[in-house]
Amino acid sequence: MGSKIIVTILGFWGMVGVFWFFLIKKGGEVVINDSADIIVEGGYSPEVVVISKNKTTKINFIRKDENPCLEEVVLSDFKIRKTLPLNRKVTIEITPRKTGEFGYSCGMNMFHGKIIVR
Amino acid sequence: MENSKRTFSIKGMHCASCVSVIERALKEVEGVFDAKVNLALETATVLYDSKNISDEKLSKAVSGVGYEVIFGKEIENQDEEKRKKEIELRQLLHKVFISLILGVLILWGTFPGLMDTAPEILKNFKIQFLLSLPVQFWIALPFYRATISALRHRTANMDTLITVGTSAAFSYSTFVTFFPKIIENIGIEPRPYFDVSTIIIGLILLGRYFEAKAKSGTSEAIKKLIGLQPKTARIVKGGKEIDISIEEVTIGSVIRVRPGGKIPVDGKILEGGSSVDESMITGESIPVDKALGDTVVGGTINKTGTFTYSATKIGKDTMLAQIIQMVAEAQGSKAPIQRLADIVSSYFVPIVIMLAIATFIIWFDFGPQPAFLFALLNSIAVLIIACPCAMGLATPTAIMVGTGKGAQSGILIKDAESLEKAHKINTIVFDKTGTLTIGKPEVTDVIGLERDEKEVLKLAGSLEKGSEHSLAEAIVTSTIEQRIVLSKAKKFKALVGLGVEGEVLGKKLSFGNRKLMANLGIDTNPFEAKIASLENEGKTVMILADGKRLAGLVVVADTLKPTAKEGVEALERLGIKVVMITGDNLRTAKAIAQKLGIEKILAEILPDQKEKEVRRLQFEGKTVAMVGDGINDAPALAAADIGIAMGTGTDVAIESSDITLINKDLKSIASAITLSRKTMRTIRLNLFWAFGYNAILIPVASGILYPFFGLLLNPIFASAAMALSSVSVVSNSLLLRRVKI
Repeated sequence: MGSKIIVTILGFWGMVGVFWFFLIKKGGEVVINDSADIIVEGGYSPEVVVISKNKTTKINFIRKDENPCLEEVVLSDFKIRKTLPLNRKVTIEITPRKTGEFGYSCGMNMFHGKIIVR
Repeated sequence: MENSKRTFSIKGMHCASCVSVIERALKEVEGVFDAKVNLALETATVLYDSKNISDEKLSKAVSGVGYEVIFGKEIENQDEEKRKKEIELRQLLHKVFISLILGVLILWGTFPGLMDTAPEILKNFKIQFLLSLPVQFWIALPFYRATISALRHRTANMDTLITVGTSAAFSYSTFVTFFPKIIENIGIEPRPYFDVSTIIIGLILLGRYFEAKAKSGTSEAIKKLIGLQPKTARIVKGGKEIDISIEEVTIGSVIRVRPGGKIPVDGKILEGGSSVDESMITGESIPVDKALGDTVVGGTINKTGTFTYSATKIGKDTMLAQIIQMVAEAQGSKAPIQRLADIVSSYFVPIVIMLAIATFIIWFDFGPQPAFLFALLNSIAVLIIACPCAMGLATPTAIMVGTGKGAQSGILIKDAESLEKAHKINTIVFDKTGTLTIGKPEVTDVIGLERDEKEVLKLAGSLEKGSEHSLAEAIVTSTIEQRIVLSKAKKFKALVGLGVEGEVLGKKLSFGNRKLMANLGIDTNPFEAKIASLENEGKTVMILADGKRLAGLVVVADTLKPTAKEGVEALERLGIKVVMITGDNLRTAKAIAQKLGIEKILAEILPDQKEKEVRRLQFEGKTVAMVGDGINDAPALAAADIGIAMGTGTDVAIESSDITLINKDLKSIASAITLSRKTMRTIRLNLFWAFGYNAILIPVASGILYPFFGLLLNPIFASAAMALSSVSVVSNSLLLRRVKI
């Protein structure tokens, strides 16, 4: 009986932990002036970048993770889908015309990042 | 100094030491800044000063250490990536075989009934442990790496589920192997599950292998388009012909194209002629005849003749480059239908982990004995069966195949949203001139009243000379053909939707439709019977008035496009209501519509009212597509739910349109809608499968059927189902390549 109680309590806190760890997180924003590198390794670093409206900004994706999930990056609001060869810099130029938050993801929509236009 | 980077093949490499020898030899060449040699690809990539380093220098350096450079087979980035991918896939397949062979050997030694036939050595737990080690820590290493780097970002994905699931099975089995007594003491039969961990890894990797193979097919169309881009051009300079790389071609370069040759860039024919196969761009299979002054498109193939032409568009401005850009953009966009899948998949993996924990607790607390084993195996099954990839792949793979298939048939779709919207179209509005008709009207009749026909044509032609209207062009052309010398018009004024007015040879002339005459208070009754009979033939009648007196009629008719009738019929077969919109009067419009089988006509619509008419149809609850060809249509094209630009339309039309048809075949409109409908059907099926799979099989894996039917899902079967699920979604999308549109 004792083991059941222990497993239940541990399991419950395990679930709470999973919820907190994966679903309640806040990534820091990084403000980009002209260009910035985003390292693709188990996600995107930095995950949230801030760019300026009506200004062309270069975002360089450098994939260091061999996970095939990450081999494509999709910025659907900017109609961009790029294959990211391993360890090679892939530059994307965007000139946002409106402000707002625009999410981007890997090709399978598992990993996410965000571009904030101000 | 000019920094360049190039990759070329190297022959004769066989071991890792070759790499350092060649790299050193290349780096020693003065002007080479860096050199990287890839043994697997048998290539060298060199960063060098292209002004001071010749091919010969590089070749000499490499041959000096016993290898050979092959410049002729230079490898472009894309090919290099393709080869890398192939090597990766081959390695993946090897890993699949190794893990499945080891897994089956372990299974043979552990599976009840089967194990009686197994050699004693396979029944030994420690041997099973040793057999599973390479699978868990070498073959599955990428899963661990991906999990660790994802955890650093507080993200979880497929790899996390597989890592947790197989690690749990492996850790428990290792504990059983080395401490069987402890397990026995708590009332559980000591049996390891190395077969589960190894076979799961093998099957998941097998799924990934098939998925990667299938996925490469989804971008086949754009790769084919990219492959159309020629690499060299034969230019004529100073009486000599030389081959240069495509990047060196400039606007105005004179290019020679020989029979069977590929046309390098867009341009205009200067000399000679030929027939050109444009099917790769327009989807039209019949070659197009080209003569002096005609435009040619880069990437198309010259058939029999030979010609020279002047380059008018190069680089990213060529039609092919623009098509590639448009397809790439469409494939990078997101369909609105994907939104739900997006939301679900962003929470999916953490929720599955929580469900696996809940499964463990429930089985441990309420399950039959040995409860721990039931809890362990069922929670592993939950982790393994969950397939977030299928949801992520369901929509984009179909969009990629659909837009690619469209491009191959000369149908360019702006984005995924347009592709999605097009399947809802139930009304199509055609602009008559230039869309249903060729757009080059000709003068068919001239009727004079109290004056000579030639004089009527002369006065009308002189007046229309300054006009940009397509009917004016027809009249001026007719005067040239009849060698009529035109006079200068003064006080010329174009009256939108009515006609023109001005002074010619001292006469105050008005030339236009009935409305114009009515506005001027001129009675057209004497001509009415004649006008009506001409209009009933589908001709446009323009009335010339000299002051307040009728002077004559100029009759113009436009030829219907050869595919117009078939195009309209094809749309009606799809259940779409066809509407014709035109500035012509009702009688002329009716005559044309009758020839095409169109029932609904919007006649006498001024150019700036077309947009309003489209909005009116939308207000009636219809989902409207507008088909137009150019500048006048731009606002209407933009207002419609789907704007379709026909033919080689102007840039303005392409900008404001959602679908651009490169060919002039009106049947392509029905094809575009069929493509949209079929793509949407594929997406729905994919999403239904992806959601249904997870919604049904996750509860089954957790053991929901056990209380009713005593059914449990072995984690090995869970991994087989998982491996199949995303492959089937991608394969279903690939089926779109075969649909007839």
